[in-house]
Amino acid sequence: MNGAAFIVISILTLAAALAAATLRKLMHAALSFAVAFVGIAAFFFLLGAEFVGLALVFIYIGAVAVLIVFTILLTRRDIEKDRGFNWSGVIIAVALFCGLTWSILKTPSLSIVAPHIRALTVKRIGEALMTSYVWPLQCIGLLLTAALIGALVLVMEEKR
Amino acid sequence: MNSGIVTNLWPIPAVPCAASLAILSLSNARRKSAAVLAVIGQVFALGISIFAFVSTLQTYSFRAVQNFTWFTFGDQTLRLGFVLDPLAAAMLLMISLVGLCIFVFSIGYMAEDKNFTRFFAYLSFFSGAMLGLVIANSLLLLFIFWELVGLASYLLIGFWIERPSAAAAAKKAFITTRIGDMGFFLGMLWLYNRSGTLLFYDGGSGCLESAGLAMLGASPAVAGFIALLIFCGAIGKSGQFPLHVWLPDAMEGPTPVSALIHAATMVAAGVFLVARVYPLFSLGGINGVTSSLTVVVWIGVTTALMAALIAIAQADIKRILAYSTVSQLGLMMVSLGVGGVAAGIMHLLAHGFFKALLFLGSGSVIHGCHGEQDIRKMGGLRRLMPVTFVTYAIGMMALSGVPFFFSGAWTKEEILHATEHWPRSHAPYFLMLAGVVLTALYMTRQIIYVFFGNSRVASERAHESPRVMTMPLIALAVCAIFFSVVLTPAWPWLHAYLRGEPVQFDLARLIQPMLFLSLVLVGTGLGLGIWMYREAGVQNRQRSAEVDPLEYAQPTLFRFLANKMWIDELYGRTVIAFSWAAAQLSDWMDRYFWDGLVRGFGAVGRVFAMLTTSVDEHGINAGVDGTTAGTRGLGRLMSRAHSGQIQTYLAALAVGMLALLLLYAWLG
Amino acid sequence: MTPTLQIFLIVSAALFSIGLLAALSRRHAIFILIGIEMMLAAANLNFIAFWRFAPKPHQPPVGVMLALFSIAISAAEAAVGLAMIIAVYRHYRTTNVDQLDQLKG
Repeated sequence: MNGAAFIVISILTLAAALAAATLRKLMHAALSFAVAFVGIAAFFFLLGAEFVGLALVFIYIGAVAVLIVFTILLTRRDIEKDRGFNWSGVIIAVALFCGLTWSILKTPSLSIVAPHIRALTVKRIGEALMTSYVWPLQCIGLLLTAALIGALVLVMEEKR
Repeated sequence: MNSGIVTNLWPIPAVPCAASLAILSLSNARRKSAAVLAVIGQVFALGISIFAFVSTLQTYSFRAVQNFTWFTFGDQTLRLGFVLDPLAAAMLLMISLVGLCIFVFSIGYMAEDKNFTRFFAYLSFFSGAMLGLVIANSLLLLFIFWELVGLASYLLIGFWIERPSAAAAAKKAFITTRIGDMGFFLGMLWLYNRSGTLLFYDGGSGCLESAGLAMLGASPAVAGFIALLIFCGAIGKSGQFPLHVWLPDAMEGPTPVSALIHAATMVAAGVFLVARVYPLFSLGGINGVTSSLTVVVWIGVTTALMAALIAIAQADIKRILAYSTVSQLGLMMVSLGVGGVAAGIMHLLAHGFFKALLFLGSGSVIHGCHGEQDIRKMGGLRRLMPVTFVTYAIGMMALSGVPFFFSGAWTKEEILHATEHWPRSHAPYFLMLAGVVLTALYMTRQIIYVFFGNSRVASERAHESPRVMTMPLIALAVCAIFFSVVLTPAWPWLHAYLRGEPVQFDLARLIQPMLFLSLVLVGTGLGLGIWMYREAGVQNRQRSAEVDPLEYAQPTLFRFLANKMWIDELYGRTVIAFSWAAAQLSDWMDRYFWDGLVRGFGAVGRVFAMLTTSVDEHGINAGVDGTTAGTRGLGRLMSRAHSGQIQTYLAALAVGMLALLLLYAWLG
Repeated sequence: MTPTLQIFLIVSAALFSIGLLAALSRRHAIFILIGIEMMLAAANLNFIAFWRFAPKPHQPPVGVMLALFSIAISAAEAAVGLAMIIAVYRHYRTTNVDQLDQLKG
């Protein structure tokens, strides 16, 4: 695993994520959100989970980010009023980060390097999906269908 | 260990439950399909039960278990399972057979009810849960089914939801049994803590097998406490003193429900539970006497006598039977307590048949009398309802214990026999003899009032019930008589089956001193009843027809008994008044003390908020406004937890996570 | 330098905290959704990292499967959440969560 690549990717991801969380203009934030997810996908590639990384790119950048942009456009009139910022959130987030980092650093069994593993092929993932995970897969399918219908029902024009 | 059948036990509870769900999905008008579905489910359960029963006949003390893992947490696994042994198989057969009769009877009895389908859905659900209860191989699984039957009982007592008395009775039953279940649950947790498993039988390591018992036996006092806590559940479910008050009120439900749940099966679950975990009770006993079993005996004796006395002075046909059920359950508890497990279970099985018969008979009477339940308004029904009369008389004689032809007699004799040899005290034995006389007495009173004499207000337009109701009566009556074949001392097949011994035929054992004793006792009871109530319902110069002869002779005693010894009132004045007062106190505390405290906190928060506001005003940027808003939000949060702001909730979650982290850091 | 599991976990903790920041601090409802998606992504990163650094490889690859399912669920959540934002906007003409306090006690 490449140390340099790791540093570059983490800086990119965290910076984009920070931008997505703090930028004043919604549209800029949404774009930074997409960039942050590119970074996360790159992490997945770095860790050898190419399939998940690709899925992440497709789903988040292809679908979720686009949905967010659509939502921003559909609720445009409201955007100008978005000026508030809650500083107590910053305190909580920083405190939580410190706590998590402290507990991670405190656990020595986590300072291990990655072992060599067999490449994770799509075939193996497919096999797992169709054998041991077939029930969860069906449930997810049902859930997605329900979410699809639910989203449609929610945004349908109310009949008067 | 042959486990072929035990792996196929799961449909026994599953099929009636599935039938219940299917019926619930039907519309209210599909009465016929609802009834057919329910009966099919029950027939199916009966079929598998028969298979299971036959396979337990292969060897003596047959026992097969099938355990499976429900879920794993950490390195602990929680395992459930099913067990098939003579106890379970006999119960299965009794429940599904009695259940089937009652299902068929209900088709006639409930024919005019507008919620016919809902009734059958509940009934099937109950049947599934009850069948599951008897084959559970884990105290937890048993507890789950236990609560399910409690729920079914609640739903069915309150079936006529539009009657306030039915709703109140349902609530009373649910809450009263819940008091006992609390103890049961605590006992279960303690047992798990001690033995590390809740499986009864698990190839030697279950909590009722040698290894588990050895672990518990290290401290016999704790084992006794666990047994008593579990017994609390049995007290609640089986209507034992002091939690018996719900059972007579449960008669508000439809009569088939009273027959199935509150006479034949569910209330027997408490007795079954004690029998199932009997090794816990008898752990470390000398001569089969332990402190927990002594408690069981005395509770049983108290219940049996008290309920029998109360039954004498009741006027509602179903209430008399309800108190008789309470009394008989007490008798079974005594039998278990003195060590006669097989005798108690035999009486439980026999009682299931004849008490269901009596209840269905009373249902038929009520149906015939157009809903009248007061026995003082009936009379002379033996001519108008001949089938009901004959079957009812058979049930009555079985309950009273008339020897030779009726199943109840042999089991009662067996219980008396076991009680006689209890080493600790002879008092239960003599009290039980008195109980036998009382039983014969109140049943004679009832049958004289209902079927003999001249007809009164309600019985003038009475009619015999339709075939669909009389057929189950006949079937149950035949069961009540033929069941005695396997019970006689000459060929005690059932006794041997339950104990896992070979059976021997010996005609000489038929004649025992106990036989004459019980003949004398039952004769006394019957004679006393006939003598006392020879003029019941007859108007004479001193007494109107509505006044009970006993009431005329002993008004104070009669009032004491008719008012159920004022136990309900006692509870009303003490327990319920106490909890009401506690509720009032909490309300007051909530209103003035806690609210003041919360307001105080809120004020502190508000002061803090004002402080920060003033600091902010000298601040530089708009962000400080945010802090103030946050702090004010915090102040609001303290005075009222619900701000309606999702972000506040989210922040609370995050703070909670931080707190967990801090706890983790603090604990190292 | 070879990255260890710790470093990955710290990065994911940072990502989680940034997500929390976005969800807690911004007034616009869309930011809450963005924050939640980031927190979920941080959790996924943890799944993948733990899978990759496990001393003995699992068959089937549990971490990867969990991450896949979690992505699917978060996609569903995003779709419903955004639809709710639009519905709320239509009704109240605002997406400012401070003004949406109908549940106030």
